[in-house]
Amino acid sequence: MSVLDPVVELARGLWTTLKMMVEKPVTYQYPEQKREVRPRFRGRHVLKRYDNGLEKCIGCSLCAAACPADAIFVEAAENTDERRFSPGERYASTYEINMLRCIYCGYCEDACPTEAIVLGDNYELSFFDRRSAIYDKAMLLEPVQTPEMLTPQKVEPGKYNRRSVPEMKDPQD
Amino acid sequence: MLSDWTLWLEWFIKALVVIFALLTGFAYLTWYERRALARIQSRIGPNRAGPFGLLQPIADAVKLIFKEELTPGRADRIIFFWAPVITLVPSIIIAAVIPWGTSFTAFGRNITLYLADINVGVLYLMSIASIAVYGIVLAGWSSNNKYAMLGGLRSSAQMISYELALGLSFVTAIILANSMSLLEIVKEQEKVWFVVIQPVGAVIFWIATLAEVNRAPFDMPEAEQELTAGYHSEYSGMKFALFFMAEYQKMIVICAIAATLYFGGFREFWFLKNTIFSVDYSWTLGSWHITNWFLGPLYLLLKVVLLLFGMIWVRATWPRIRYDRLMSFGWKVMLPLSLAITFITATGIVFADQFQSQLFFWAIPFVSILVGLFTVVMIYRELRRKAYERA
Repeated sequence: MSVLDPVVELARGLWTTLKMMVEKPVTYQYPEQKREVRPRFRGRHVLKRYDNGLEKCIGCSLCAAACPADAIFVEAAENTDERRFSPGERYASTYEINMLRCIYCGYCEDACPTEAIVLGDNYELSFFDRRSAIYDKAMLLEPVQTPEMLTPQKVEPGKYNRRSVPEMKDPQD
Repeated sequence: MLSDWTLWLEWFIKALVVIFALLTGFAYLTWYERRALARIQSRIGPNRAGPFGLLQPIADAVKLIFKEELTPGRADRIIFFWAPVITLVPSIIIAAVIPWGTSFTAFGRNITLYLADINVGVLYLMSIASIAVYGIVLAGWSSNNKYAMLGGLRSSAQMISYELALGLSFVTAIILANSMSLLEIVKEQEKVWFVVIQPVGAVIFWIATLAEVNRAPFDMPEAEQELTAGYHSEYSGMKFALFFMAEYQKMIVICAIAATLYFGGFREFWFLKNTIFSVDYSWTLGSWHITNWFLGPLYLLLKVVLLLFGMIWVRATWPRIRYDRLMSFGWKVMLPLSLAITFITATGIVFADQFQSQLFFWAIPFVSILVGLFTVVMIYRELRRKAYERA
Protein backbone atom coordinates (compact mmCIF):
# COMPACT_ATOMS: atom_id res chain seq x y z
CA MET A 1 0.00 0.00 0.00
CA SER A 2 1.30 3.40 -0.90
CA VAL A 3 -0.22 6.85 -0.56
CA LEU A 4 -0.70 7.11 -4.31
CA ASP A 5 -2.93 4.04 -4.37
CA PRO A 6 -6.16 5.93 -5.12
CA VAL A 7 -4.68 6.99 -8.46
CA VAL A 8 -2.47 3.99 -9.16
CA GLU A 9 -5.34 1.53 -8.78
CA LEU A 10 -7.54 3.53 -11.15
CA ALA A 11 -4.72 3.65 -13.68
CA ARG A 12 -4.15 -0.09 -13.37
CA GLY A 13 -7.79 -0.67 -14.19
CA LEU A 14 -7.51 1.51 -17.26
CA TRP A 15 -4.36 -0.31 -18.36
CA THR A 16 -6.08 -3.67 -18.00
CA THR A 17 -8.98 -2.70 -20.23
CA LEU A 18 -6.66 -1.10 -22.76
CA LYS A 19 -4.65 -4.31 -22.97
CA MET A 20 -7.86 -6.19 -23.76
CA MET A 21 -8.35 -4.05 -26.87
CA VAL A 22 -5.48 -5.73 -28.69
CA GLU A 23 -6.64 -9.22 -27.84
CA LYS A 24 -8.45 -11.36 -30.37
CA PRO A 25 -12.24 -11.25 -29.97
CA VAL A 26 -13.77 -14.52 -28.84
CA THR A 27 -16.92 -13.99 -30.91
CA TYR A 28 -18.21 -16.72 -33.23
CA GLN A 29 -19.73 -15.18 -36.36
CA TYR A 30 -22.73 -17.39 -35.73
CA PRO A 31 -24.74 -18.15 -38.84
CA GLU A 32 -21.63 -18.53 -40.98
CA GLN A 33 -19.29 -19.91 -38.37
CA LYS A 34 -20.83 -22.46 -36.05
CA ARG A 35 -19.45 -23.67 -32.81
CA GLU A 36 -18.80 -27.41 -32.32
CA VAL A 37 -21.18 -28.76 -29.72
CA ARG A 38 -19.94 -30.83 -26.80
CA PRO A 39 -20.09 -34.66 -27.08
CA ARG A 40 -22.94 -34.92 -24.59
CA PHE A 41 -24.85 -31.90 -25.91
CA ARG A 42 -28.61 -32.40 -25.88
CA GLY A 43 -30.11 -30.97 -29.05
CA ARG A 44 -32.96 -32.09 -31.27
CA HIS A 45 -33.86 -35.79 -31.05
CA VAL A 46 -32.86 -38.28 -33.72
CA LEU A 47 -34.37 -41.73 -34.16
CA LYS A 48 -31.47 -44.06 -34.95
CA ARG A 49 -31.29 -47.01 -37.34
CA TYR A 50 -29.24 -50.20 -37.40
CA ASP A 51 -26.57 -50.65 -40.05
CA ASN A 52 -28.98 -52.53 -42.29
CA GLY A 53 -31.47 -49.67 -42.14
CA LEU A 54 -33.99 -51.16 -39.74
CA GLU A 55 -35.24 -48.75 -37.09
CA LYS A 56 -34.00 -49.20 -33.57
CA CYS A 57 -37.30 -48.01 -32.11
CA ILE A 58 -39.59 -50.85 -31.09
CA GLY A 59 -42.54 -48.67 -30.09
CA CYS A 60 -42.42 -49.56 -26.39
CA SER A 61 -43.47 -46.04 -25.24
CA LEU A 62 -40.98 -46.02 -22.36
CA CYS A 63 -39.69 -42.66 -23.56
CA ALA A 64 -43.21 -41.26 -23.42
CA ALA A 65 -43.57 -42.62 -19.91
CA ALA A 66 -40.24 -41.14 -18.83
CA CYS A 67 -40.91 -37.74 -20.35
CA PRO A 68 -41.50 -35.23 -17.55
CA ALA A 69 -42.99 -32.68 -19.95
CA ASP A 70 -45.30 -35.19 -21.62
CA ALA A 71 -43.93 -34.14 -24.98
CA ILE A 72 -43.71 -37.57 -26.64
CA PHE A 73 -46.52 -39.52 -28.21
CA VAL A 74 -45.90 -43.07 -29.47
CA GLU A 75 -48.26 -45.53 -31.13
CA ALA A 76 -47.03 -49.02 -31.86
CA ALA A 77 -48.00 -51.50 -34.57
CA GLU A 78 -47.03 -55.13 -35.39
CA ASN A 79 -44.11 -55.89 -37.72
CA THR A 80 -44.58 -58.49 -40.40
CA ASP A 81 -41.92 -60.05 -42.61
CA GLU A 82 -43.56 -58.38 -45.61
CA ARG A 83 -43.42 -54.95 -44.03
CA ARG A 84 -40.64 -54.89 -41.46
CA PHE A 85 -39.63 -51.62 -39.77
CA SER A 86 -37.66 -52.84 -36.76
CA PRO A 87 -36.07 -56.15 -35.83
CA GLY A 88 -38.43 -56.71 -32.90
CA GLU A 89 -42.05 -57.70 -32.69
CA ARG A 90 -43.43 -54.18 -32.94
CA TYR A 91 -42.46 -50.77 -34.28
CA ALA A 92 -43.59 -47.18 -33.77
CA SER A 93 -46.26 -46.43 -36.32
CA THR A 94 -46.59 -42.91 -34.92
CA TYR A 95 -43.80 -41.10 -33.17
CA GLU A 96 -44.32 -37.42 -32.36
CA ILE A 97 -42.39 -35.02 -30.18
CA ASN A 98 -43.77 -31.60 -29.38
CA MET A 99 -40.64 -29.45 -29.48
CA LEU A 100 -42.37 -26.62 -27.62
CA ARG A 101 -43.03 -28.90 -24.65
CA CYS A 102 -39.70 -30.70 -24.68
CA ILE A 103 -37.25 -29.48 -22.05
CA TYR A 104 -34.28 -31.40 -23.49
CA CYS A 105 -33.65 -33.28 -20.26
CA GLY A 106 -32.59 -36.45 -22.01
CA TYR A 107 -34.72 -38.81 -19.90
CA CYS A 108 -36.15 -40.37 -23.07
CA GLU A 109 -32.60 -41.23 -24.11
CA ASP A 110 -32.03 -42.89 -20.71
CA ALA A 111 -35.30 -44.77 -20.78
CA CYS A 112 -34.92 -46.18 -24.26
CA PRO A 113 -34.10 -49.92 -24.12
CA THR A 114 -32.68 -50.00 -27.67
CA GLU A 115 -30.83 -46.65 -27.82
CA ALA A 116 -33.23 -45.66 -30.56
CA ILE A 117 -33.84 -42.09 -29.48
CA VAL A 118 -30.78 -39.91 -29.07
CA LEU A 119 -30.55 -36.18 -28.43
CA GLY A 120 -28.48 -34.91 -31.36
CA ASP A 121 -26.46 -31.82 -32.19
CA ASN A 122 -29.07 -29.64 -33.83
CA TYR A 123 -30.07 -26.65 -31.70
CA GLU A 124 -31.48 -24.47 -34.51
CA LEU A 125 -35.19 -25.09 -34.00
CA SER A 126 -37.69 -22.45 -34.95
CA PHE A 127 -41.32 -22.54 -35.96
CA PHE A 128 -43.87 -20.16 -37.35
CA ASP A 129 -46.82 -21.82 -35.57
CA ARG A 130 -47.50 -24.34 -32.84
CA ARG A 131 -48.59 -27.03 -35.28
CA SER A 132 -45.19 -27.14 -36.97
CA ALA A 133 -43.48 -27.50 -33.61
CA ILE A 134 -44.69 -31.11 -33.49
CA TYR A 135 -42.03 -33.22 -35.16
CA ASP A 136 -43.32 -36.49 -36.56
CA LYS A 137 -41.46 -39.73 -37.20
CA ALA A 138 -40.40 -38.82 -40.74
CA MET A 139 -38.68 -35.69 -39.48
CA LEU A 140 -37.00 -37.40 -36.54
CA LEU A 141 -35.80 -40.55 -38.29
CA GLU A 142 -32.16 -40.73 -39.31
CA PRO A 143 -31.71 -40.51 -43.11
CA VAL A 144 -30.47 -43.60 -44.99
CA GLN A 145 -27.51 -43.93 -47.33
CA THR A 146 -29.02 -46.25 -49.93
CA PRO A 147 -32.66 -46.66 -51.06
CA GLU A 148 -32.78 -50.37 -50.14
CA MET A 149 -32.15 -49.44 -46.51
CA LEU A 150 -35.49 -47.61 -46.40
CA THR A 151 -38.14 -49.04 -44.10
CA PRO A 152 -40.46 -50.91 -44.40
CA GLN A 153 -38.23 -53.68 -45.76
CA LYS A 154 -39.28 -57.03 -47.16
CA VAL A 155 -37.22 -59.68 -45.38
CA GLU A 156 -37.00 -63.47 -45.68
CA PRO A 157 -39.44 -65.08 -43.24
CA GLY A 158 -38.01 -66.23 -39.92
CA LYS A 159 -34.86 -64.11 -40.08
CA TYR A 160 -36.20 -61.83 -37.36
CA ASN A 161 -38.21 -63.05 -34.40
CA ARG A 162 -39.25 -61.50 -31.10
CA ARG A 163 -35.74 -62.14 -29.70
CA SER A 164 -33.80 -60.59 -32.57
CA VAL A 165 -33.27 -57.12 -31.08
CA PRO A 166 -29.48 -56.90 -30.54
CA GLU A 167 -28.18 -56.60 -27.03
CA MET A 168 -27.25 -53.10 -25.91
CA LYS A 169 -23.65 -52.20 -25.16
CA ASP A 170 -22.67 -49.78 -22.42
CA PRO A 171 -23.03 -46.21 -23.63
CA GLN A 172 -19.69 -44.71 -24.69
CA ASP A 173 -19.91 -41.05 -23.68
CA MET B 1 -24.86 44.93 -41.64
CA LEU B 2 -27.89 42.87 -40.67
CA SER B 3 -29.64 43.89 -43.86
CA ASP B 4 -26.96 42.05 -45.83
CA TRP B 5 -28.83 38.92 -46.92
CA THR B 6 -25.64 37.11 -47.89
CA LEU B 7 -24.52 37.28 -44.27
CA TRP B 8 -27.79 35.72 -43.18
CA LEU B 9 -27.32 33.04 -45.81
CA GLU B 10 -23.78 32.39 -44.57
CA TRP B 11 -24.97 32.06 -40.98
CA PHE B 12 -27.80 29.80 -42.04
CA ILE B 13 -25.52 27.50 -44.00
CA LYS B 14 -23.00 27.35 -41.18
CA ALA B 15 -25.74 26.58 -38.66
CA LEU B 16 -26.99 23.79 -40.92
CA VAL B 17 -23.46 22.41 -41.16
CA VAL B 18 -23.09 22.43 -37.37
CA ILE B 19 -26.44 20.72 -36.83
CA PHE B 20 -25.71 18.18 -39.54
CA ALA B 21 -22.29 17.47 -38.04
CA LEU B 22 -23.81 16.96 -34.61
CA LEU B 23 -26.57 14.66 -35.88
CA THR B 24 -24.18 12.52 -37.90
CA GLY B 25 -21.73 12.66 -35.07
CA PHE B 26 -24.39 11.38 -32.70
CA ALA B 27 -25.27 8.52 -35.01
CA TYR B 28 -21.69 7.45 -35.48
CA LEU B 29 -20.76 8.03 -31.86
CA THR B 30 -23.20 5.27 -30.91
CA TRP B 31 -21.51 3.02 -33.45
CA TYR B 32 -18.05 4.08 -32.24
CA GLU B 33 -18.94 3.49 -28.63
CA ARG B 34 -20.44 0.06 -29.29
CA ARG B 35 -17.44 -1.02 -31.35
CA ALA B 36 -14.89 0.30 -28.86
CA LEU B 37 -16.69 -1.18 -25.86
CA ALA B 38 -16.97 -4.49 -27.71
CA ARG B 39 -13.26 -4.57 -28.45
CA ILE B 40 -12.44 -3.86 -24.82
CA GLN B 41 -14.73 -6.73 -23.82
CA SER B 42 -13.18 -9.16 -26.37
CA ARG B 43 -16.18 -8.93 -28.65
CA ILE B 44 -16.60 -7.56 -32.17
CA GLY B 45 -19.64 -5.34 -31.85
CA PRO B 46 -22.14 -4.42 -34.56
CA ASN B 47 -20.69 -5.64 -37.87
CA ARG B 48 -23.71 -6.86 -39.81
CA ALA B 49 -25.35 -3.75 -41.26
CA GLY B 50 -23.02 -2.59 -43.98
CA PRO B 51 -19.21 -2.80 -43.95
CA PHE B 52 -17.94 -2.84 -40.35
CA GLY B 53 -21.55 -2.28 -39.25
CA LEU B 54 -21.41 1.30 -40.50
CA LEU B 55 -25.11 1.28 -41.42
CA GLN B 56 -26.09 0.20 -37.90
CA PRO B 57 -27.06 3.77 -36.79
CA ILE B 58 -29.48 3.99 -39.73
CA ALA B 59 -31.04 0.65 -38.82
CA ASP B 60 -31.37 1.83 -35.21
CA ALA B 61 -32.98 5.08 -36.31
CA VAL B 62 -35.51 3.26 -38.51
CA LYS B 63 -36.33 0.93 -35.65
CA LEU B 64 -36.84 3.80 -33.19
CA ILE B 65 -39.00 5.79 -35.60
CA PHE B 66 -41.39 2.89 -36.11
CA LYS B 67 -41.58 1.95 -32.45
CA GLU B 68 -44.81 2.48 -30.58
CA GLU B 69 -44.81 5.52 -28.32
CA LEU B 70 -46.42 5.15 -24.95
CA THR B 71 -47.48 7.85 -22.55
CA PRO B 72 -48.07 6.75 -18.96
CA GLY B 73 -51.64 7.02 -17.76
CA ARG B 74 -51.45 9.89 -15.35
CA ALA B 75 -48.42 11.61 -16.80
CA ASP B 76 -48.39 15.36 -17.32
CA ARG B 77 -48.85 15.13 -21.07
CA ILE B 78 -47.68 18.60 -22.07
CA ILE B 79 -44.46 18.51 -20.06
CA PHE B 80 -43.97 14.85 -20.95
CA PHE B 81 -44.04 15.84 -24.60
CA TRP B 82 -41.78 18.88 -24.31
CA ALA B 83 -39.15 17.50 -21.92
CA PRO B 84 -37.14 15.68 -24.63
CA VAL B 85 -37.18 18.82 -26.74
CA ILE B 86 -35.98 20.94 -23.83
CA THR B 87 -33.15 18.46 -23.35
CA LEU B 88 -32.19 18.27 -27.00
CA VAL B 89 -32.16 21.95 -27.96
CA PRO B 90 -29.42 23.12 -25.55
CA SER B 91 -27.19 20.24 -26.61
CA ILE B 92 -27.35 21.53 -30.19
CA ILE B 93 -27.17 25.28 -29.67
CA ILE B 94 -24.22 24.96 -27.30
CA ALA B 95 -22.09 24.13 -30.34
CA ALA B 96 -22.66 27.57 -31.83
CA VAL B 97 -19.69 29.27 -30.14
CA ILE B 98 -17.14 26.49 -30.62
CA PRO B 99 -14.64 27.53 -33.30
CA TRP B 100 -13.78 24.74 -35.72
CA GLY B 101 -11.34 26.44 -38.02
CA THR B 102 -9.77 29.65 -39.24
CA SER B 103 -11.27 31.21 -42.35
CA PHE B 104 -11.16 30.97 -46.11
CA THR B 105 -12.09 33.16 -49.04
CA ALA B 106 -14.91 32.17 -51.32
CA PHE B 107 -17.35 34.14 -53.50
CA GLY B 108 -15.31 37.25 -52.80
CA ARG B 109 -15.88 37.21 -49.08
CA ASN B 110 -14.01 36.00 -46.06
CA ILE B 111 -15.86 33.07 -44.55
CA THR B 112 -14.94 32.21 -40.99
CA LEU B 113 -15.20 28.62 -39.80
CA TYR B 114 -17.20 29.30 -36.68
CA LEU B 115 -20.78 30.30 -36.14
CA ALA B 116 -20.36 33.05 -33.57
CA ASP B 117 -17.36 34.54 -31.85
CA ILE B 118 -19.05 36.24 -28.92
CA ASN B 119 -16.76 37.82 -26.37
CA VAL B 120 -18.41 35.95 -23.49
CA GLY B 121 -18.32 32.58 -25.26
CA VAL B 122 -17.35 30.64 -22.16
CA LEU B 123 -20.21 32.19 -20.20
CA TYR B 124 -22.58 31.12 -22.96
CA LEU B 125 -21.27 27.57 -22.74
CA MET B 126 -21.77 27.50 -18.99
CA SER B 127 -25.30 28.83 -19.09
CA ILE B 128 -26.49 26.56 -21.89
CA ALA B 129 -24.85 23.53 -20.28
CA SER B 130 -26.83 24.24 -17.10
CA ILE B 131 -30.13 24.61 -18.93
CA ALA B 132 -29.93 21.03 -20.17
CA VAL B 133 -30.75 19.71 -16.71
CA TYR B 134 -34.23 21.23 -16.88
CA GLY B 135 -35.32 18.79 -19.54
CA ILE B 136 -34.11 15.86 -17.47
CA VAL B 137 -35.81 17.03 -14.27
CA LEU B 138 -39.05 17.79 -16.09
CA ALA B 139 -38.96 14.42 -17.83
CA GLY B 140 -38.48 12.66 -14.52
CA TRP B 141 -41.23 14.65 -12.86
CA SER B 142 -43.84 14.42 -15.62
CA SER B 143 -43.48 10.65 -16.08
CA ASN B 144 -45.52 9.87 -12.96
CA ASN B 145 -43.01 7.20 -12.02
CA LYS B 146 -40.98 7.15 -8.85
CA TYR B 147 -37.85 5.82 -10.53
CA ALA B 148 -37.98 8.50 -13.19
CA MET B 149 -38.56 11.10 -10.48
CA LEU B 150 -35.56 9.90 -8.48
CA GLY B 151 -33.43 9.86 -11.63
CA GLY B 152 -34.36 13.45 -12.40
CA LEU B 153 -33.66 14.58 -8.84
CA ARG B 154 -30.30 12.83 -8.78
CA SER B 155 -29.41 14.40 -12.06
CA SER B 156 -30.16 17.93 -10.86
CA ALA B 157 -28.31 17.46 -7.56
CA GLN B 158 -25.31 15.98 -9.35
CA MET B 159 -25.18 18.68 -11.99
CA ILE B 160 -25.33 21.47 -9.43
CA SER B 161 -22.54 19.86 -7.41
CA TYR B 162 -20.19 19.39 -10.32
CA GLU B 163 -21.07 22.62 -12.08
CA LEU B 164 -18.96 24.49 -9.53
CA ALA B 165 -15.81 22.53 -10.25
CA LEU B 166 -16.56 22.71 -13.97
CA GLY B 167 -17.03 26.48 -13.78
CA LEU B 168 -13.79 26.94 -11.89
CA SER B 169 -11.86 24.89 -14.41
CA PHE B 170 -13.39 27.12 -17.10
CA VAL B 171 -12.15 30.08 -15.07
CA THR B 172 -8.63 28.63 -15.07
CA ALA B 173 -8.62 28.57 -18.86
CA ILE B 174 -10.09 32.08 -18.96
CA ILE B 175 -7.34 33.40 -16.69
CA LEU B 176 -4.65 31.74 -18.77
CA ALA B 177 -6.06 33.15 -22.02
CA ASN B 178 -7.05 36.49 -20.52
CA SER B 179 -10.25 36.31 -22.55
CA MET B 180 -13.68 34.68 -22.51
CA SER B 181 -13.83 34.38 -26.25
CA LEU B 182 -13.17 30.83 -27.35
CA LEU B 183 -11.35 32.06 -30.44
CA GLU B 184 -8.97 34.01 -28.23
CA ILE B 185 -8.47 30.99 -26.00
CA VAL B 186 -7.50 28.90 -29.03
CA LYS B 187 -5.20 31.63 -30.32
CA GLU B 188 -3.52 31.84 -26.93
CA GLN B 189 -2.73 28.13 -27.09
CA GLU B 190 -0.68 28.44 -30.28
CA LYS B 191 2.46 28.55 -28.15
CA VAL B 192 1.63 25.90 -25.59
CA TRP B 193 -1.53 23.99 -24.78
CA PHE B 194 -3.24 24.86 -21.53
CA VAL B 195 -3.16 21.21 -20.51
CA VAL B 196 0.59 21.61 -20.13
CA ILE B 197 0.31 24.75 -18.02
CA GLN B 198 -2.61 23.52 -15.95
CA PRO B 199 -2.78 19.70 -16.07
CA VAL B 200 -4.75 19.42 -12.84
CA GLY B 201 -7.30 21.87 -14.19
CA ALA B 202 -7.71 19.68 -17.26
CA VAL B 203 -8.25 16.60 -15.08
CA ILE B 204 -10.85 18.42 -12.97
CA PHE B 205 -12.54 19.60 -16.15
CA TRP B 206 -12.58 16.05 -17.45
CA ILE B 207 -14.08 14.58 -14.27
CA ALA B 208 -16.65 17.36 -14.02
CA THR B 209 -17.71 16.92 -17.64
CA LEU B 210 -18.19 13.20 -17.08
CA ALA B 211 -20.57 14.11 -14.27
CA GLU B 212 -22.15 16.86 -16.33
CA VAL B 213 -23.10 14.60 -19.23
CA ASN B 214 -24.13 11.74 -16.90
CA ARG B 215 -21.53 9.33 -18.16
CA ALA B 216 -20.04 6.41 -16.27
CA PRO B 217 -18.75 6.40 -13.56
CA PHE B 218 -21.18 9.23 -12.72
CA ASP B 219 -24.25 7.86 -14.51
CA MET B 220 -26.33 7.85 -11.36
CA PRO B 221 -29.44 9.40 -12.95
CA GLU B 222 -29.82 6.30 -15.10
CA ALA B 223 -28.39 3.65 -12.82
CA GLU B 224 -30.05 0.55 -14.21
CA GLN B 225 -29.81 -1.54 -11.09
CA GLU B 226 -31.50 1.03 -8.89
CA LEU B 227 -33.70 3.14 -11.13
CA THR B 228 -34.35 0.96 -14.22
CA ALA B 229 -33.45 3.71 -16.70
CA GLY B 230 -33.84 6.81 -14.53
CA TYR B 231 -35.53 9.85 -16.01
CA HIS B 232 -36.26 8.20 -19.36
CA SER B 233 -37.82 5.02 -17.96
CA GLU B 234 -41.21 5.90 -19.36
CA TYR B 235 -40.05 7.16 -22.72
CA SER B 236 -40.14 5.05 -25.85
CA GLY B 237 -39.73 5.43 -29.58
CA MET B 238 -38.60 8.78 -30.91
CA LYS B 239 -39.03 10.55 -27.58
CA PHE B 240 -36.48 8.21 -26.08
CA ALA B 241 -34.31 8.73 -29.14
CA LEU B 242 -34.31 12.47 -28.45
CA PHE B 243 -32.92 11.90 -24.95
CA PHE B 244 -30.37 9.52 -26.36
CA MET B 245 -29.46 12.04 -29.02
CA ALA B 246 -29.13 14.85 -26.48
CA GLU B 247 -26.87 12.75 -24.30
CA TYR B 248 -24.52 11.81 -27.11
CA GLN B 249 -24.49 15.27 -28.64
CA LYS B 250 -23.60 16.65 -25.24
CA MET B 251 -20.71 14.19 -25.15
CA ILE B 252 -19.45 15.38 -28.52
CA VAL B 253 -19.87 19.05 -27.66
CA ILE B 254 -18.26 18.74 -24.26
CA CYS B 255 -15.30 16.94 -25.84
CA ALA B 256 -15.04 19.74 -28.38
CA ILE B 257 -15.09 22.24 -25.51
CA ALA B 258 -12.40 20.28 -23.69
CA ALA B 259 -10.32 20.27 -26.87
CA THR B 260 -10.85 24.02 -27.27
CA LEU B 261 -10.07 24.96 -23.67
CA TYR B 262 -7.17 22.67 -22.92
CA PHE B 263 -5.96 20.91 -26.05
CA GLY B 264 -5.42 23.72 -28.52
CA GLY B 265 -8.81 23.60 -30.25
CA PHE B 266 -8.62 23.44 -34.03
CA ARG B 267 -4.88 24.22 -34.04
CA GLU B 268 -2.43 21.61 -35.19
CA PHE B 269 -0.50 19.47 -32.72
CA TRP B 270 2.55 21.19 -31.28
CA PHE B 271 5.02 19.02 -33.18
CA LEU B 272 3.39 19.96 -36.50
CA LYS B 273 3.93 23.67 -36.01
CA ASN B 274 5.50 25.50 -38.99
CA THR B 275 5.21 22.39 -41.16
CA ILE B 276 3.01 21.73 -44.18
CA PHE B 277 0.38 20.34 -41.78
CA SER B 278 -0.04 23.63 -39.95
CA VAL B 279 -3.43 25.35 -40.14
CA ASP B 280 -1.71 28.60 -41.16
CA TYR B 281 0.44 27.09 -43.91
CA SER B 282 -0.33 28.47 -47.32
CA TRP B 283 0.87 27.30 -50.70
CA THR B 284 0.32 28.09 -54.35
CA LEU B 285 -0.75 25.65 -57.02
CA GLY B 286 -0.61 27.39 -60.41
CA SER B 287 -2.94 30.36 -60.05
CA TRP B 288 -4.51 28.94 -56.86
CA HIS B 289 -3.47 30.29 -53.52
CA ILE B 290 -4.53 27.95 -50.78
CA THR B 291 -4.32 28.11 -47.03
CA ASN B 292 -4.65 24.93 -45.00
CA TRP B 293 -7.95 26.14 -43.51
CA PHE B 294 -9.56 22.74 -44.07
CA LEU B 295 -7.17 21.15 -41.58
CA GLY B 296 -8.80 23.04 -38.68
CA PRO B 297 -12.02 20.97 -38.56
CA LEU B 298 -9.99 17.81 -39.11
CA TYR B 299 -7.72 18.48 -36.15
CA LEU B 300 -10.71 19.33 -33.97
CA LEU B 301 -12.43 16.12 -35.10
CA LEU B 302 -9.32 14.09 -34.33
CA LYS B 303 -9.05 15.58 -30.85
CA VAL B 304 -12.76 15.04 -30.20
CA VAL B 305 -12.52 11.41 -31.31
CA LEU B 306 -9.56 10.83 -29.01
CA LEU B 307 -11.33 12.47 -26.05
CA LEU B 308 -14.48 10.48 -26.77
CA PHE B 309 -12.41 7.34 -26.69
CA GLY B 310 -11.32 8.45 -23.23
CA MET B 311 -14.97 8.64 -22.17
CA ILE B 312 -15.74 5.20 -23.59
CA TRP B 313 -12.61 3.74 -22.05
CA VAL B 314 -13.54 5.11 -18.63
CA ARG B 315 -17.03 3.69 -19.02
CA ALA B 316 -15.63 0.28 -19.85
CA THR B 317 -13.32 0.30 -16.84
CA TRP B 318 -14.66 1.96 -13.74
CA PRO B 319 -17.78 0.95 -11.84
CA ARG B 320 -20.42 3.46 -10.86
CA ILE B 321 -19.74 5.52 -7.73
CA ARG B 322 -22.15 5.25 -4.85
CA TYR B 323 -24.38 8.31 -4.64
CA ASP B 324 -23.24 9.69 -1.28
CA ARG B 325 -19.61 9.25 -2.32
CA LEU B 326 -20.32 11.02 -5.58
CA MET B 327 -21.69 13.95 -3.63
CA SER B 328 -18.89 14.05 -1.08
CA PHE B 329 -16.32 13.74 -3.88
CA GLY B 330 -17.90 16.66 -5.66
CA TRP B 331 -18.12 18.93 -2.63
CA LYS B 332 -15.16 17.85 -0.52
CA VAL B 333 -12.56 17.11 -3.18
CA MET B 334 -13.43 18.65 -6.53
CA LEU B 335 -14.57 22.05 -5.27
CA PRO B 336 -11.63 22.81 -2.92
CA LEU B 337 -9.13 21.45 -5.41
CA SER B 338 -10.51 23.53 -8.27
CA LEU B 339 -10.54 26.62 -6.02
CA ALA B 340 -6.89 25.98 -5.17
CA ILE B 341 -6.05 25.51 -8.85
CA THR B 342 -7.75 28.75 -9.80
CA PHE B 343 -5.90 30.53 -7.02
CA ILE B 344 -2.53 29.12 -8.09
CA THR B 345 -3.10 30.01 -11.73
CA ALA B 346 -4.20 33.55 -10.97
CA THR B 347 -1.32 34.10 -8.54
CA GLY B 348 1.22 32.73 -10.99
CA ILE B 349 0.00 35.00 -13.77
CA VAL B 350 -0.06 38.07 -11.54
CA PHE B 351 3.39 37.40 -10.15
CA ALA B 352 4.83 36.73 -13.58
CA ASP B 353 3.44 40.09 -14.64
CA GLN B 354 4.61 41.90 -11.54
CA PHE B 355 8.18 40.65 -11.44
CA GLN B 356 8.59 40.29 -15.22
CA SER B 357 9.70 36.69 -14.75
CA GLN B 358 8.53 33.60 -16.62
CA LEU B 359 9.66 31.58 -13.62
CA PHE B 360 6.40 32.25 -11.81
CA PHE B 361 4.41 31.33 -14.90
CA TRP B 362 6.16 27.98 -15.22
CA ALA B 363 5.75 27.36 -11.51
CA ILE B 364 1.98 27.00 -12.12
CA PRO B 365 2.04 23.39 -13.42
CA PHE B 366 4.44 22.19 -10.74
CA VAL B 367 2.58 23.78 -7.85
CA SER B 368 -0.73 22.52 -9.27
CA ILE B 369 0.57 18.98 -9.53
CA LEU B 370 1.87 19.20 -5.97
CA VAL B 371 -1.56 20.30 -4.78
CA GLY B 372 -3.12 17.48 -6.81
CA LEU B 373 -0.79 14.95 -5.16
CA PHE B 374 -1.62 16.42 -1.77
CA THR B 375 -5.31 15.85 -2.54
CA VAL B 376 -4.61 12.24 -3.49
CA VAL B 377 -2.77 11.76 -0.20
CA MET B 378 -5.69 13.23 1.70
CA ILE B 379 -8.11 10.90 -0.11
CA TYR B 380 -5.84 7.99 0.80
CA ARG B 381 -5.85 9.01 4.47
CA GLU B 382 -9.62 9.30 4.44
CA LEU B 383 -9.97 5.85 2.87
CA ARG B 384 -7.57 4.40 5.44
CA ARG B 385 -9.52 6.00 8.26
CA LYS B 386 -12.78 4.57 6.95
CA ALA B 387 -11.24 1.12 6.56
CA TYR B 388 -9.93 1.36 10.14
CA GLU B 389 -13.35 2.35 11.47
CA ARG B 390 -14.98 -0.53 9.65
CA ALA B 391 -12.51 -3.07 11.08
